[in-house]
Amino acid sequence: MTTERTSLVELDDVSKYYGNIRALEGVSLEVRAGEITCVLGDNGAGKSTLIKIVAGLHRHDAGVFRIEGEDVTLANPREALDRGIATVYQDLAVVPLMPVWRNFFLGSEPTRGSGPFKRLDVGLMRSTTREALLRMGIDLRDVDQPIGTLSGGERQCVAIARAVHFGAKVLVLDEPTAALGVKQSGVVLKYVAAARDQGLGVVLITHNPHHAYLVGDRFVLLKRGVMAGSHTKGSVTLDELTRQMAGGTELEDLRHELERPSGA
Amino acid sequence: MSSTAPPSDGIDHVDERLLRTSPLKKLLARPELGSVVGAVAVFVFFSVVADSFLRPSSLGTVLYAASTIGIMAVPVALLMIGGEFDLSAGVLVTSSALVSSMVSYQMTANVWVGVGVSLLVTLAIGVFNGFMLTRTRLPSFIITLGTFLMLTGLNLGLTKLISGTVSTKTIADMEGFSSARKLFASQLTIGGVEFKVTILWWLGLVALATWILLRTRFGNWIFAVGGGADAARAVGVPVYRTKIGLYMGVAFCAWIAGQHLLFSFDVVQSGEGVGNELIYIIAAVIGGCLITGGYGSAIGSAVGALIFGMTSKGIVYAEWNPDWFKFFLGAMLLLATLLNAWIRKRVEATK
Repeated sequence: MTTERTSLVELDDVSKYYGNIRALEGVSLEVRAGEITCVLGDNGAGKSTLIKIVAGLHRHDAGVFRIEGEDVTLANPREALDRGIATVYQDLAVVPLMPVWRNFFLGSEPTRGSGPFKRLDVGLMRSTTREALLRMGIDLRDVDQPIGTLSGGERQCVAIARAVHFGAKVLVLDEPTAALGVKQSGVVLKYVAAARDQGLGVVLITHNPHHAYLVGDRFVLLKRGVMAGSHTKGSVTLDELTRQMAGGTELEDLRHELERPSGA
Repeated sequence: MSSTAPPSDGIDHVDERLLRTSPLKKLLARPELGSVVGAVAVFVFFSVVADSFLRPSSLGTVLYAASTIGIMAVPVALLMIGGEFDLSAGVLVTSSALVSSMVSYQMTANVWVGVGVSLLVTLAIGVFNGFMLTRTRLPSFIITLGTFLMLTGLNLGLTKLISGTVSTKTIADMEGFSSARKLFASQLTIGGVEFKVTILWWLGLVALATWILLRTRFGNWIFAVGGGADAARAVGVPVYRTKIGLYMGVAFCAWIAGQHLLFSFDVVQSGEGVGNELIYIIAAVIGGCLITGGYGSAIGSAVGALIFGMTSKGIVYAEWNPDWFKFFLGAMLLLATLLNAWIRKRVEATK
């Protein structure tokens, strides 16, 4: 890895308030091309707020948000997309009743013809969907099936392939393995790594330190809206990461509490 | 169950894991199927019980009744696919006719001026519905119920205030009346059978709506905002503009239906139209539109309107008391919805 890789996205001391609620305060993180930055935190730690700022759904209230070195305040998700930041949400942003190929191009449909005869390029949409999925190693039976009939892992992969296809430079993944079994999680992590190998910067939001440690290059820990730690892969072990995330002493307490019945 | 997808165009490679889909199964997967079965049943039923139902002249009458509902059922179906209702659609037709008539009469101008002003006013009401919906984020049921009541009151109140009675003054002797009548309310004779021009409007709108739904970006967005508005917004679909556009579509068709109302009778009763909004919705639902949005077709709404036309006129041809019509319509709605649900389940199960 070269040391002077460009930062695609950089958050510096960013805060976000909802009325009198401090959702996020003083969080900094960096995403570089070809690297995976993991954001770890328990429920309510501020991971979703962080995602929404990067995705353009919310504006940050303090601090600096840089995309490729430029200070920005994103007005809406479209602007984030135009700047190359694609977000794959937990609910995957797919419309279950629509066929895979219509979902794949939703919001960015290619057309041909002009004026009143401007129409969807259906042939291109179908074949591109199939090819883009194949390139990510997903061999779908039928791109005409409603996306709601795919499994959770398959849908996740389609959403990642969609982001990669549309030239995303930064891929933000919101808990991609949260609802998946062990095997499917592995498959999804493989596609995350595949996206990284294609030169994308990836932000992986998760509360599973094992998944994070498998693929991550940088780790940012959030706790109750503030940053509880920031590490690079070489500077931290999985045990340390897990301990910090679970909150060290809290985990010790829990262990004592749970051990008691065995002594009785 | 990919109802919205057009048939394969041969570009794709067929996956060996896919069993060959029989044409029958493809047909079963169409959202219109339930309504087509229903339409055939209604047709056979009235062919048997009413002798005059199969006469060529009856065809023109049935299609005319279907077209007056069908013209509005098309945009209402699109709106329903987009996940919203419009309860003001029925009285909006009357409002459109009233505006056209009164502007023409009061300003003693050419009727085409009234027709043009009516288009602008009707579209503005559509925009109002869409704007209120997207701004307040209240359910469209509430917003358009409000518009429905306000328009009902305005139709009666303003008409009485301006003309002194509940109907408008005749505009039949005004300039441009005959040409406007030709466009909105003329008749064509084909093979000795008289067909109203509204049938052409209806078929044209169905074709246009089908094209928009299946072959344009806007159509893709309609399915998306109805099937998952948050997901659609997250990938950059202009959800609000799509919904406002759908309400403008309802308004545009209400304008066509309203002008037909005006130019076929030359006076307009200001109390008309109440209750029709439900018939449009019924036609769309019978035609396979999912009431929760994201699924349906324009062709289905046309079949739904055809069922309406056959039932309403069939009862007359069978010389029954027309009171029975509502009962039939209700039974049809239940049966068609059950059939649609059953078919959808079967198709999904065989995937």
